[in-house]
Amino acid sequence: MTINEKQDEIIDEFDLFDDPLDKTQYIIDLGKKLPPMPEKYLTDDNRIMGCQSKVWLGAEKQGDTIHFFADAEPTAQISKGLISLLIRVLSDEKPEAIASADIYFIEKVGMGNLVTSRRAGGLASMLAQMKAYGQVYATNPA
Amino acid sequence: MQTATDILDIQRIRADFPILDQLVNGKQLVYFDNAATTQKPLPVLDALSGYYGGYNANIHRGIHQLAEKATAAFEATRRKFQEFLNAEHLEEIIFTYGTTDGINLVAQSYGRRFLKEGDEIIISTLEHHSNIVPWQMLCEEKGCILKVIPIDDNGDLLIDEYEKLLTERTKLVSVVHVSNALGTINPIRTIIDKAHAVGAVVLIDGAQASSHITLDVQALDCDFYSLSAHKLYGPTGMGVLYGKKAILNAMPPYRGGGEMIKEVTFEKTTYNDLPYKFEAGTPNIADVIAARTALEYIEGLGKENIAAYEHELLMYATEKLGEIDGLRIVGQAREKVSVISFVLDGIHHQDTGVILDQLGIAVRTGHHCTQPLMHRLGIAGTSRASFAVYNTREEIDRLAQGILRVQKMMM
Ligand SMILES: Cc1ncc(COP(=O)(O)O)c(C=O)c1O
Repeated sequence: MTINEKQDEIIDEFDLFDDPLDKTQYIIDLGKKLPPMPEKYLTDDNRIMGCQSKVWLGAEKQGDTIHFFADAEPTAQISKGLISLLIRVLSDEKPEAIASADIYFIEKVGMGNLVTSRRAGGLASMLAQMKAYGQVYATNPA
Repeated sequence: MQTATDILDIQRIRADFPILDQLVNGKQLVYFDNAATTQKPLPVLDALSGYYGGYNANIHRGIHQLAEKATAAFEATRRKFQEFLNAEHLEEIIFTYGTTDGINLVAQSYGRRFLKEGDEIIISTLEHHSNIVPWQMLCEEKGCILKVIPIDDNGDLLIDEYEKLLTERTKLVSVVHVSNALGTINPIRTIIDKAHAVGAVVLIDGAQASSHITLDVQALDCDFYSLSAHKLYGPTGMGVLYGKKAILNAMPPYRGGGEMIKEVTFEKTTYNDLPYKFEAGTPNIADVIAARTALEYIEGLGKENIAAYEHELLMYATEKLGEIDGLRIVGQAREKVSVISFVLDGIHHQDTGVILDQLGIAVRTGHHCTQPLMHRLGIAGTSRASFAVYNTREEIDRLAQGILRVQKMMM
């Protein structure tokens, strides 16, 4: 699946919910299923700043794609859920595709305020960091 | 016994605040973020549009009708604040942009003129960043030392420890009257007396106190008192710094421009008298004028009635939220205003805020601009519900139900 196909799939899933609370519940449940991040990535260097909750992001080149690991502090379940969606869309994709991805699903599912506003969520910086990894690996394919 | 609920007709009061009557996320709005800013009643909105629509003009300078009218309305607010604070002199009321601006005025004018290397400034653990950072900036510039009054786990200041901090080196004490994060009402009369005993001047940050507590700066004997109109049912961008006349007279102006001068030549400028020497430039005329209407509104309801009613709400909320398993109220000071901060076991305050918002309930989440306090309490932040005169018990019930819903969703 391409990045956009994955985004469209998520949009379809969220379309099943009318009540924003049901969407939030869905995100929380996704967060609970987010696999724990390998210890070695839980470093200060990998901490994403600008989020109200503590959030980490690590990346590994696997073959010709990038695999992302990410996590939030245990109590920040909405953040975890949103992180799991970002990973679903961007992980295991080619660096160029990640760097140039147009991420539209967040707005479309009505969660834009959670991701963009600095006070809530603040996951915009995580998204920016993922794209930056794409950029770096695309230009230094080491 | 007659309660404040009987005296105040809350439904009629709510009708004065049209903003309250709206749906948020499809649910009737519950506005519990009053410590951040209160809503504005219709008379205040009318005062704003009345000025712009009827007599907008620059003040103190023109001789035409509109300018006269605007100047009179502007100065009437000063008299109203003199009454509101029970200041001895009219010129002790300086208009500012808010509490923060008033604190910076004292730090920049009084602090830079009268404090020197090695002098000590005392603040408390409860302070808002706006009563921390201006002093840190001053300390950095002048080589002064900042000392901090500790608190106990309930959120009460440790007055014994405060006494130990006071020495002949203490030159300034700046303490919050009411904590925005916890609601603690500080014993400022005691704090002021003890500071004066060592010859220090005292500034009180009244941002949170002014809408809840009847103020008398002469009885308190504070040297400065800073407040914001937007927390008093008035407009944003308008505040008052009260200062004792003798001290204000000794202080240099810290912003230069029009309005604050008597005569300007390229060789020398003479400054205007109080209060104008601290009010450089065209002031925030509309909001100053509307602030008087806000004070009249409060007066109309009776500040004691408001305080008594809010206290009933606080008691009710403390009981209701206290019944919820897994909820801990943060801040159990002996005396509190109607602010209730809480944390939920295993749930991030940000998630609490997001879900309550989806239920139409506006609370504040985070560190409330009191990061050192959160650090002292060992938490990253709280969710905070703060009540004003237009809030109701039914709304508190909705908050309690909302919290149960948050807990259920996170299970
Ligand atoms: C205790 C306290 N001090 C100072 C301030 C700053 O007030 P303003 O932002 O109106 O200048 C606030 C506002 O939240 C406050 O609660």
